Amino acid sequence: MKRIYMDYAATTPARPEVVQAMLPYFTEAFGNPSSIYSYGQEAKAAVDQARTRVANLIGAREEEIVFTSGGTEADNTALVGVALANESKGNHIITSAIEHHAVIETCEFLEKRGFTATHLKVDKYGLVDPDDVRKAITSKTVLISVMHANNEIGTIQPIAELARIAREAGVYFHTDAVQTTGHIPLDVNQLGVDLLSMSAHKFHGPKGVGALYIKKGTPLTPFLHGGGQEKRRRSGTENVPGIVGLGLAAELARLEMDGEVRRLTGLRDRLIAGLMERIDHVRLNGHATKRLPNNVNVSVEYVEGESMILNLDLEGICASTGSACSSGSLEPSHVLLACGLLHEQAHGSLRFSLGKWTEEGDINRVLDVLPGIVSKLRAMSPLLKSKK
Amino acid sequence: MTNAGAIYSEKVMDHFRNPRNVGDMENPDGVGHVGNPTCGDIMELYIRVKDNIITDAKFKTFGCGAAIATSSMVTELVMGKTIEEALEISNKAVVEALDGLPAVKMHCSVLAEEALKSAIDDYLSKSAKR
Repeated sequence: MKRIYMDYAATTPARPEVVQAMLPYFTEAFGNPSSIYSYGQEAKAAVDQARTRVANLIGAREEEIVFTSGGTEADNTALVGVALANESKGNHIITSAIEHHAVIETCEFLEKRGFTATHLKVDKYGLVDPDDVRKAITSKTVLISVMHANNEIGTIQPIAELARIAREAGVYFHTDAVQTTGHIPLDVNQLGVDLLSMSAHKFHGPKGVGALYIKKGTPLTPFLHGGGQEKRRRSGTENVPGIVGLGLAAELARLEMDGEVRRLTGLRDRLIAGLMERIDHVRLNGHATKRLPNNVNVSVEYVEGESMILNLDLEGICASTGSACSSGSLEPSHVLLACGLLHEQAHGSLRFSLGKWTEEGDINRVLDVLPGIVSKLRAMSPLLKSKK
Repeated sequence: MTNAGAIYSEKVMDHFRNPRNVGDMENPDGVGHVGNPTCGDIMELYIRVKDNIITDAKFKTFGCGAAIATSSMVTELVMGKTIEEALEISNKAVVEALDGLPAVKMHCSVLAEEALKSAIDDYLSKSAKR
């Protein structure tokens, strides 16, 4: 059976040319970029080229890119680094209720150590209201962190507007752009952000590498201490093969972006329309247009998410759900609840995230298979009966 | 967001794919209703009792693979048992009959046991009133 992967928001396969480009840096070009002899300088040149490519993808300068072990480290470094560097100015952080756990948990870590955090609520589409940001700022606020696009529902925030409010108040602004970097056009100067997190494996690079954009002049206390790599902002011998892979993935994403945005938006809207047409009582989660080109998230009423995922898996289709039943906790997705969904609607959510190898036939296959799965599960659902 | 994958035993997947005794029952002698939308699992269990023996059982479940499989298995285990025997069916027995459950899914087996107990309680209180 042909397997259909529709969980590109969780991770993507590395592109073959990316893997090829990385390979020499494990073996013949193994040098430490800090060494002055030829092996070291070859590795340094490769890291520099990757830095240029990443900077080009987001409109930054090379010296503003710090390589990390991924999105989580970038988020942690941004939040803890800015908070500690600005301790004398204040101890208040503003963030949203729908952030990734890498931001939520880092805020909680800081909250246990004398910082306070405001978690902005979102509307039913998952959008932060700029007025709420304005009202939340106090004389103690040092950092605002709002994600560029949400990983579950794909809602794209008005980051430029939020960042402008922060700048006018003299507050630093960070955005977790793990879901948008390499996927939609993104320019740090147009957005006006001071810090931005990205992760290579979300756009066909390798796992275990990412980057943090730090606008020149942004005070930041380093998270990792040691050999002083990355201009003392992130110590540790560079993950040269990973960084090379990130660089090429960034370059390829930049070159192919416009076409992919158009293609995926078409597939996305076909899938959403098809699901609505073929299955009763389906609601779209997130915003219809302020949405990642590759994200489809729906709640199928009266049915639980994991049981749909298992049935899809039996048909070779890989997708995910915000139901608690598949996470080990009893609480469903904090994102869906923050958007005002009832618990049973959140438990009945399905996310299909499309990508480079998603074709029209894959969309058709999901549309052929899912209605049958839903009716089978609804036939055994006690929720449906009590509605009748 | 988590994916399902091969976390379940073959037995669980068998009961998930082909659940036994799904559906409503007309005029059941006992009904058990447990769980709530918050935790994501809701089970309804119906039993028919004749001469102190459970002659039929049916279920309806909103929940994950484990919730459906444990519901299905408990209806199989209970069939033909006396009320006293049925009351002794524990969540452990359900788990064993399914060749095990992942640790994070053990609460589903507890729910299945509670659904059965609740259906029997309902039957006993109804028959006491008669």
